[in-house]
Amino acid sequence: MKRWLPLVLFLILVGFFAKGLFLNPREVPSPFIGRTAPAFTLPLVEDPSKTFSPADLKGQVWVLNVWAPWCVSCRQEHPVLMQVAQSGRVPLVGLNWKDKQREARDLLARTGSPYFAVPEDLDGKVGINYGVTGTPETYLIDQAGIVRMKHIGPISPEVWQDKFDPKLKELGV
Amino acid sequence: MSRIQSGLLALLLALSLPAAAVDTLIPAQPNAEDPVIEARLINLADDLRCLVCQNESLAGSHAELAEDLRREIREQMKAGKNDQEVVAYLTERYGDFVLYRPPFKPVTWLLWLGPVLFLGIGGGAWYMTLRRRRAVQDLPVDEKKLAAAAQLLEENK
Repeated sequence: MKRWLPLVLFLILVGFFAKGLFLNPREVPSPFIGRTAPAFTLPLVEDPSKTFSPADLKGQVWVLNVWAPWCVSCRQEHPVLMQVAQSGRVPLVGLNWKDKQREARDLLARTGSPYFAVPEDLDGKVGINYGVTGTPETYLIDQAGIVRMKHIGPISPEVWQDKFDPKLKELGV
Repeated sequence: MSRIQSGLLALLLALSLPAAAVDTLIPAQPNAEDPVIEARLINLADDLRCLVCQNESLAGSHAELAEDLRREIREQMKAGKNDQEVVAYLTERYGDFVLYRPPFKPVTWLLWLGPVLFLGIGGGAWYMTLRRRRAVQDLPVDEKKLAAAAQLLEENK
């Protein structure tokens, strides 16, 4: 038994390293889960005379997708979001994060918009208030305005199926 | 999508890639307006993690998000918030991960006390080994066997 001890300790260590190797360092756990989504009021990209505020969707489950026209992986998730929008299951709000070139409107006109509303966060302050580290990041917000889930990185069909779908069912949507 | 449109999209993508890369490399801009706040900012940001380049501090990182967070901290300090309040603002949004010195609480007990624990285990093992060695040295010597051994050595000379 005793002679095996170093090997056992070594294997435990290898186990820890292997686990660490497959963790995604970008997946920082969000302290917002279970807390009220911060309030904001921002002008819409489509029509700056109108604004969007999370209070507008009170009583509904909705998805806040933080994206930007300059973000490459946001284009990856665009078809998935389009499908979600077509299903009409849950409204998507596309927070346009730090779009200094003001390209969002043209881009959405060209590619089609999956969004219910596109509030414009020009200086990125609302994003910071939500703890955004980069685009795309997606929050699921329930009827009471509480953040239920956060996904970092693009939404693939699998991510939608395995992460969002069960949570939405749980919330009765 | 027509061929022209997809060609345009490809061109747009190709053009936007280098632009995005340049965008993230805005150097930290010193703010000479208020040297006191700047000193406080650098002192505080040294202990905070940049969430984009995770092994860099918020003070040293050139990532755009780090620049924005420094601006945010600067504004909050100007508004009269003390260091603890600024750190609380950041941990509320980004979690303890933003801190290079994690707080001492149940989930971090192993992290903080681990080194002491391992030192204890090592010290214990060392002590046990020493004791065992001493026990070996203190074995009573059998005079008869010693004489026999001496004789065997003598014979082999």
